[in-house]
Amino acid sequence: MSDSALVTRGLAKRYRDQWALKSCSVDVPVGCIAALVGPNGAGKTTLLQLAAGLIRPTSGEVNVLGSAPYQDPSWLAQVGFLAQEVPLYRRLTGDQLLGMGAHLNPSWKEAVARDRLESLGIALDKNVSQLSGGERAQIGLAITLGKQPRILLLDEPVASLDPLARRDFLSSLTEAQFETELTVVLSSHLVADIERVCDYLVLLSHSQVQLAGRIDELLAAHRWVVGPRQTTEGGLAQHEIINESHTERQSTLMVRLNGPIHDPRWEVADVGLEELVLAYMGRKRVDEMASNQRRLSIVEDRP
Amino acid sequence: MIEFRLNARSGVPPYIQIVQQVKHALRLGMLEVGDQLPPVKAVVGQLTINANTVLKAYRDLEREGLVESRSGIGTFVLRRPPGPSPDTQNLLQRGLDRWLSEAQAAGLDLESIEALIRRSIYTAMNEGVA
Repeated sequence: MSDSALVTRGLAKRYRDQWALKSCSVDVPVGCIAALVGPNGAGKTTLLQLAAGLIRPTSGEVNVLGSAPYQDPSWLAQVGFLAQEVPLYRRLTGDQLLGMGAHLNPSWKEAVARDRLESLGIALDKNVSQLSGGERAQIGLAITLGKQPRILLLDEPVASLDPLARRDFLSSLTEAQFETELTVVLSSHLVADIERVCDYLVLLSHSQVQLAGRIDELLAAHRWVVGPRQTTEGGLAQHEIINESHTERQSTLMVRLNGPIHDPRWEVADVGLEELVLAYMGRKRVDEMASNQRRLSIVEDRP
Repeated sequence: MIEFRLNARSGVPPYIQIVQQVKHALRLGMLEVGDQLPPVKAVVGQLTINANTVLKAYRDLEREGLVESRSGIGTFVLRRPPGPSPDTQNLLQRGLDRWLSEAQAAGLDLESIEALIRRSIYTAMNEGVA
C-alpha cells in the first residue's frame, strides 16, 4: 500500500440519521491529481474532511500518507487542505498572511509561496479583501503549497472563479504538482478541467463510490455500442451494461468491456469522460453486487 | 521551439495530440534533429494539463526512437518519423482517389463517405490491437 497516498476501507460518516458517506473504499496513488466528482450532497466534502482529519469517521478506516489522520503536528505538516470558501483573514495583507504561514508551519518555505504570487503579479501589500476571488484563491493555494505538503486536498477550488482565473489557478496547481511530485485530491463539477488536469477519478453518488480508477484506463474500458433493437445479446453478455436506451428499432448502450466486441451488428465508439461521468451519475442506486450481475435486458423483453 | 495546443472537442486523448503535433512538426521541418522539445513544466503551465500526460507523450516518442531524454537537461529530437517513400504514398493516394470516384458515382455524399472511411479505420485499428 506504500504507493497509495489516500486509502479508505469501508469508510462511513453519519450525521444524525443521514449517511453522508457509506462503504467508501478507494486507493489514490501517490503523485496523481485525483478528481472527486458527483452531484451535490454526494459526499465529496465529507470524504475530503475525513482525509484532512477535520472530522472523525462513524466507521471504517481512512489512511493518508501511511497513517490515520490525527491532530499531530508532524502529520499535519504533510497535508495541505484548502476549503471551498478559501478562508483567509480578509483584513490582513498577503505579506502578513505569508508571515503567519511562516510562524505556523515548521516546514515552511517562504520562496515557494512568495515567488509564485510575485510571478502572478499579485499585490501582497493590499488587504486580502481588496483582491479578486481569483487572486485570493491563488494566495490560499500559495500558502498551502508554502508548507510543502505531500498531499493537497482541495474542495471545489475553482468553482467560484471566472474562466481565466480558473485556468491560472489550475496552471499553478499542475506546475507545483510536477515540481514537487505531490498528490492532489480535488473536488470539482467541471469535467473539461478534470479532463486536462486530472489523471485519476473518484465518482461519488448517493454517498457511495460508483467508479474509481485511472482516467485513461477507465476510458479504455468503456464503449458505446449501437445496434438494431432486435439484436439478440450478440456477444454482449459478458460485458457490464452501464447505461442503455432503446427506441423501437435501435439500442444504444454504454458497456464496461470484458473482452473485445466482435459482433459486426454492433457499431462501437469510444466514450468521452463527460459521457462516462454522466452515465455513472445517472445510474440508479446500485449495490455493488447487483451491478456485477446486471445483464442486457433487451434479450428478455424483445417481441 | 514549438508550442502545443489542445483541441478539447476532438475526442483525441491529449497525450496523443501532443505525439501527433511533434510528428507533424518533424515532417514539416518545424522541428529538426537535435532540437529540444518544450520542457515538461512549460507545457504543463501553458496548456494547464497534468504533467503525466506530457511525460506519457514524450515517453511514447522516445519508445518510437524519435526523441531522446537526457536527464536533467531535456528531451531532444533524434530522427524524423519513418514513412513510406513519396512514390508509395502517391500510389496509395491514387488508389484512394479511384475508390472515391467510384463511391461518388454510386451516389454517396461526403458524409456517407466519411462514415465509411471512419468505420474502416476504426475496425482496422481495433483488429490491430486485439
